[in-house]
Amino acid sequence: MGLPVRDVAGILADNLRLRGSVLPIPARRATAWARGLGIPRGGETVLYTGSMYQLIPYIERLVRLEQRLGNGRLAALTGLARRANRLVNGVSLVARPSAAERREYDRIPANVARLLQRAGVEFGYLYEDDLYSGALAHDLGADAEVAVHAQRVVAAFRKHGVRRVITIDPHTTNMLRSVYPGLVPGYDVRAQSYLEVLAERGPGGTVSGVDEGDGHPAVVAASSPTSETSAARPGRPPGLRVVIHDSCVYARYENVIDAPRRLLGAAGITALEPEQSRTRTWCCGGPAEALFPQTAAAVATQRVAQLQAVAPEGVTMCPICLVNLRKAADGRLHLRDISDYLVSAVAPESGGVAP
Amino acid sequence: MTTAVSAPTERAEQVGEGRVGTVPRAAGAAVLSPWLDRLLARMGPFDADACMSCGICTATCPLGIDVLPRRVLRYAALGLGDQVRAAGDTIFSCLLCRACEVSCPAGVHITEDIRLLRRWLLQEGW
Ligand code: SF4
Ligand code: SF4
Repeated sequence: MGLPVRDVAGILADNLRLRGSVLPIPARRATAWARGLGIPRGGETVLYTGSMYQLIPYIERLVRLEQRLGNGRLAALTGLARRANRLVNGVSLVARPSAAERREYDRIPANVARLLQRAGVEFGYLYEDDLYSGALAHDLGADAEVAVHAQRVVAAFRKHGVRRVITIDPHTTNMLRSVYPGLVPGYDVRAQSYLEVLAERGPGGTVSGVDEGDGHPAVVAASSPTSETSAARPGRPPGLRVVIHDSCVYARYENVIDAPRRLLGAAGITALEPEQSRTRTWCCGGPAEALFPQTAAAVATQRVAQLQAVAPEGVTMCPICLVNLRKAADGRLHLRDISDYLVSAVAPESGGVAP
Repeated sequence: MTTAVSAPTERAEQVGEGRVGTVPRAAGAAVLSPWLDRLLARMGPFDADACMSCGICTATCPLGIDVLPRRVLRYAALGLGDQVRAAGDTIFSCLLCRACEVSCPAGVHITEDIRLLRRWLLQEGW
């Protein structure tokens, strides 16, 4: 049984309208990852997180609460929760991840900032004006709320003189690149995933000319280490082979397919293709998590089996994929975000890869 | 780079009122209401009427739910509002993953259609 769709969708849309995010978290928490990195405020090019990775520990807490209460009891409370949530930010009351849980996901935007800095990309950050993109509300069809919110995001871009954003996750990339042009007249901000930016420039200038395309290889090595990059970077785990999980949104909405493979290859990591990959990728199930957690778990379990059949270690490139697949894998498959692998390859001393 | 954007398409621009009503019907045939289809067409590039009902989408969907998405699209294209409402939970369980869409031989914008159906359901007070 799922939760009452209308009430849950209503809570998320109310939050977006009243508090600027479907799951509002304090700005000091959302921006904590940037401390000590010396990223200037604003600028023509900014790294845009949309708080997606920072939100994950809060979502994990909400999911655990949902599991504890059981869908039936939670369903009975949802209508009341929606009314109460209009007055008080419910997320801040019920979802309080520990500092360690927050650090686990804050590490990822910090990884990305380090990778961009190392590649010589100049960028700023909007700090408290780095707003959620509205992706989940858009998925739910709350178009009126999303249209108003998009104006807010674009007003922040204009305030800071932003012309180009570098995104970290597929959902924010899709919103800022493909959805906002239809919502905000005169929208002219260029949005690119950091994976595309790095692949175009090349870590250390070794990868260039990203050639996006598709193929449906069976279980083969997608990319192998080049002698140049293997020799140049001490500390990289030698001969690391990982199975790659494409995000549906990157692969089927935004055509970001080759960039992650090229980056892994240049970092000396062999990306292995699961049975369904590239434009045929199998969903992580995460989009159903908020309303139909059992459905989400079933789809994720199927995907974990496909990945596990190829390698004991896997790479993801979306926070929702990461959390949903990790939960389904339950330790049987070791999953890490692609930025962890890339950071550990180029700067092992930064401790990018989780223990 | 090209992006697979849910931008209006030529076909979507052709979507408009009167389309369903132009189909001649046999005497005594069920009268299918075009109101839902028209309403959705006004919300955005709703193109469920381009579906040929081949079922490839349902066969490729990771959820394996019988009505998703082929029959849901058919209900909407035929203006069968009650059936769309009855499938409400299923419509909201769709992952918007586009596994179906990349296989659709008619190029139906399935995920955008599903999103518009959600919008319609929420507005309806379903
Ligand atoms: S694959 Fe396309 S044409 Fe075939 S039933 Fe599905 S939506 Fe219709
Ligand atoms: S987009 Fe929805 S209907 Fe299509 S394959 Fe994915 S879950 Fe199934």
